Amino acid sequence: MPDLICVFGGVYSNHLALAATVEAAWRRGARRFYCLGDLGGFGPNPDKVLPLLREHEVTVLQGNYDHSVGHGLADCGCGYTDPRDNHYAQLSYDYTLARTGDEFRAYQRALPEVIVEEWAGKRVRMAHGSPRRVNEFLWESAAPDAFLARLMDAERADVLLVTHTGIPWQRTLPDGRLVVNVGAIGRPANDGTTDVWYALITVGEETAQRVSAELCRLPYDHPRLAAEMRAEGLPPEFVATIETGFWTTCLEILPPKERMRGRY
Amino acid sequence: MMRPVIRSAALRQSLAALAADEAAHLPLTALDTVWIQLTGTLCNIACRHCFITCGPKEDRVRMMTRAEVQNSLDECRALGVKEIYFTGGEPMLHPEFFAVIEDSLAVAPTSFLSNGILIDPAAADRLRALFDAARYSLDCRISLDGMTAEENDPVRGRGTFQDIVRGIGLLARAGLAPVVTVVEHALGMAATAKRSAFLAFLQGLGLDRPRVKFLPLLRIGREVRRTHGYGDDDFVRAGSLDRVAAEALQCGSCRLVTADGVWTCPLLLDEPEARLGATLREALAPIRLRWAACHTCVAEGLQCRT
Repeated sequence: MPDLICVFGGVYSNHLALAATVEAAWRRGARRFYCLGDLGGFGPNPDKVLPLLREHEVTVLQGNYDHSVGHGLADCGCGYTDPRDNHYAQLSYDYTLARTGDEFRAYQRALPEVIVEEWAGKRVRMAHGSPRRVNEFLWESAAPDAFLARLMDAERADVLLVTHTGIPWQRTLPDGRLVVNVGAIGRPANDGTTDVWYALITVGEETAQRVSAELCRLPYDHPRLAAEMRAEGLPPEFVATIETGFWTTCLEILPPKERMRGRY
Repeated sequence: MMRPVIRSAALRQSLAALAADEAAHLPLTALDTVWIQLTGTLCNIACRHCFITCGPKEDRVRMMTRAEVQNSLDECRALGVKEIYFTGGEPMLHPEFFAVIEDSLAVAPTSFLSNGILIDPAAADRLRALFDAARYSLDCRISLDGMTAEENDPVRGRGTFQDIVRGIGLLARAGLAPVVTVVEHALGMAATAKRSAFLAFLQGLGLDRPRVKFLPLLRIGREVRRTHGYGDDDFVRAGSLDRVAAEALQCGSCRLVTADGVWTCPLLLDEPEARLGATLREALAPIRLRWAACHTCVAEGLQCRT
């Protein structure tokens, strides 16, 4: 009997998508939940996320946002270079930091930076950005096979699970090792739909040694999130992303292939 | 062929006086970025701020053959390189330019740095086809040094504004989104308001996803004659570099491949002593930040990568 594990990242304060993810994955048969970090930012009312993580016993890894909020740092450490991107990132970060209570900050501060599991005899390395740097972006079109193999060699990993970019993809390397960017449940993937994405990892199907991934599209109550964001006075550009599925800010970091799929 | 002496005598003297131990050391953290000097110093124009003095008659660093590039690409794959950039000179002068780009895209995401003058409708269509066919991203980077001919042409040459803008327009029509790089050759060019104006200007050329990258001036090469070189104090002393600054330096994660061997970075092509070996594998040792240009990377956070 294969084991189903739900892995997601980039919650970005989207408590509605978090609840919907857990429900959808549970219905599919998942009984274990992992979050690869970035609990806050972008969305409204960050403290609504903590009770859900506890209720569903989610194992959480520390993202750059969680590290910054947890330690009350001056910025999110997202790794943007463009001034406009940094302007919006700062708006989002200042709001999130001000609205995150002490208990959730302490929780984020204490999160582990690394999670390693052994599933079906495979060494599964989870990281927020990449195994070597919390805010390194692993985009599908900018992560060559040989480079990913180098990162995994250094970790002796058979499976690598990451997030941070917000756009999901997966690839089996020529040597059979699996890399999955689980995407983000906090905002859509710049594909013109309002859905968000999580991953279901299947362990032990077909052969006992097999680990495979399915990237799952998830509709959720995005009009309600948009209304909540407006009520909180978050930038209209952020609300537009939730309502259209296209990113409006932080675009300079996108490699050309991923950028061309969006509207801006 | 002799390399030109490009620094002031005073600076050369002060650098010579700088004992090897005095310049900061930098290890190669990881070889992520490989630059390939595809056409050597051969270019179809001769910009007055060119930091490696390229031009139509500048053949002191020769063009690489497709086979030589392929050897480097094989090394890139073996070493797990993350991204590849083609530069020159003007890379599009290479007789097998499109084939070389295709070879590279099979290994890693690839960018090329061009002045855009050689882009005609057929070239734009070929680039679009390469973009669509590759698994990895192809990025076109076009250099333009102003929003008007009056601003650009005194630096890049008479008539170049019109030709470059036409090339950008052709890429836009082909559905590509080039990064336009602007050297800050006059004060205040990279200011936020100017940046916004530049993005709007690019939108006016048909780029619905305008991208711009400002680069600081490098006071070497032909720029020394246009304005001036570095001052005697412009070098990076050991101990002057904190960990954060050191980690941000591109030479901690890049190398430059040329027809004559592997150099530290694209800025140091004219420094024979910045040659690290014949192959990438031979060029993985720590380097010394002993060159005046290193000052710009440290002081202004210059990243040649996009």
